[in-house]
Amino acid sequence: MSLSVDDLTVYYRSLRGDVRAVDGVSFSVADGEIMGLAGESGCGKSSLGNSLVYLTGRMRYVGGKALLDGGELPIWDFEAMNEHRFKRISVIPQYAMSALNPTRKVGKMTGELLHSRGIPFASVSDELQRRLELVGLSTDVLHMYPIELSGGMKQRMVMVLSTLLNPSLLIADEITSALDVSTQKAVAGMLAEFREHGFVKSMIVITHDISILYQVADTILVMYAGHLAEKASASEIVDAPLHPYTRMLISSLPEVGVRYEETRLSGIPGIPPPLLDPPQGCRFKDRCPLATARCAERPPFVEVAPGHQVACWEKAA
Amino acid sequence: MSDLLRLDRCSKVYRVGAFGSGTLKAVRDVTFDVGAGEVVSLIGESGSGKSTIGRMILRLSPVTEGAITFRGEDVARLRGHALKEYYRHVQGVFQDPFSSYNPVYKADRVFKLLKDEYFPELAASDWRTRVESSLDAVTLDPSQVLHKYPHQLSGGQLQRLLVARALLLDIDLLVADEIISMLDASTRIDVLNLLGELKGRGLGILFITHDLSLGNYISNRTVILRRGQVVEMGQTAKVFDNPQHAYTRALIASVPHLHRKWSDFQNGRSEDDFAEDGGELLEIEPDHFVRRPERMERAA
Repeated sequence: MSLSVDDLTVYYRSLRGDVRAVDGVSFSVADGEIMGLAGESGCGKSSLGNSLVYLTGRMRYVGGKALLDGGELPIWDFEAMNEHRFKRISVIPQYAMSALNPTRKVGKMTGELLHSRGIPFASVSDELQRRLELVGLSTDVLHMYPIELSGGMKQRMVMVLSTLLNPSLLIADEITSALDVSTQKAVAGMLAEFREHGFVKSMIVITHDISILYQVADTILVMYAGHLAEKASASEIVDAPLHPYTRMLISSLPEVGVRYEETRLSGIPGIPPPLLDPPQGCRFKDRCPLATARCAERPPFVEVAPGHQVACWEKAA
Repeated sequence: MSDLLRLDRCSKVYRVGAFGSGTLKAVRDVTFDVGAGEVVSLIGESGSGKSTIGRMILRLSPVTEGAITFRGEDVARLRGHALKEYYRHVQGVFQDPFSSYNPVYKADRVFKLLKDEYFPELAASDWRTRVESSLDAVTLDPSQVLHKYPHQLSGGQLQRLLVARALLLDIDLLVADEIISMLDASTRIDVLNLLGELKGRGLGILFITHDLSLGNYISNRTVILRRGQVVEMGQTAKVFDNPQHAYTRALIASVPHLHRKWSDFQNGRSEDDFAEDGGELLEIEPDHFVRRPERMERAA
């Protein structure tokens, strides 16, 4: 088991109280698994990913733990996490295009980054060149400033950088969202390639776009308003989802190759609850067609079929 | 179907570089039209000039060459009162609903500004009825959205408010520039369906998007742009089911599908493989135009 997260709870501090972005989340990622993490904006998916790497100033660790390859990650301790960041757990941030320091040449920045981890640049430079070639970048980029690279090139550069030390877990946050469809496909393909080459052991790919996850991920974890809704293999999530939220979400997505003459898809009525003061129990219950009195109590995230977990009273019974 | 808006060989050249020393041809020789009661989607990747076309139609940026005509009148020549009348009939809604509003004022201020400008004589009570019926048309509950600040409303609500604002004028054409992209999956379909309803009421809609699945869902006709040029256009069914240009095929092949994996269908040529620009738009079947179709390329 590469990563196992148990009852992780991370809140955002705000003047009006805690924003419960990640609330009692438990899941695991197997060795070599690419897990997609899907959900609407504001559902806590990026917060969950970030909390495994670094807690920003406004984030407050409340409880729970995360084990990476059997060892506990001290996610509440910013300093102690330095030991793990980049070496064992790495992240491709949401805005990878602006993640590079604009005042440094790419090569120099890479050297400084490695130096900060006590690794001489020379020891990895061959490997770096090999990997740059693999993603279709010439080694000339090391002598360029980030402004000289196109968005797609920067994206690939950051991907190579984040995985340079062969981390055990890579968190890729919305890395395809700002790209055109053809570039999107190439970047998604690269993720799978990185795993095959053993650059990273397992991955969490965070995106709002389920159709991308269906293409690259082995399993998909769906989040809704700070809670986990459902986790299953990618094909089960898309073809036979159990949670009412996943069902409604999947059926509201238009597709290429289907003719919609008079048929209309329908959305999910209502909006997600505020996380500042979320309702008790299941957070989807106000928009859910199956909601019963029992939903006032929070449904447990349980396995209903091999490899298929869901948090819904209706489905768990 | 009568032509509402017509673009006739439109081009747009931007001056770039120090002191405008260089030029960038963002839109090249684009010709298409939008009829009443029709959704035309303009699909292209970033930098293909799709938003520039929308801006030119809304007169936010001048046309370098060619002409845009609305009901037979050249849009570029409109001045003063005529321009104001033009905006009574043609309105735009843009990508980011959060930056379309001034966060200092309540969101419904957009309605008040509209009243002051276009209907200063109308009684307040009559205006309120109009606002309410317009909100009703976009399926918003007035009590939930009026007298609220932008941050209190969701992106979908803000976007629908902007459409409601456009509907208060008797618009005939709506330029919708990526209005869905910022919305969440569970609410975006509602805004799309709203466009479908407006189409039923006889509105012409230019739907600008980079997302092929949205274009496929909503539009009657599709225009595919690449580097400022139309590479393929025609009825949506014909373009999507029988794409003739290599670029259109590559685009359709790289869309992530929900029930079919990329590996399931054979890999087409990559985007850079096909020849650069040029050629004429040919009508290969009724209402299906292609710039130098692949078959002819092979035959040559």
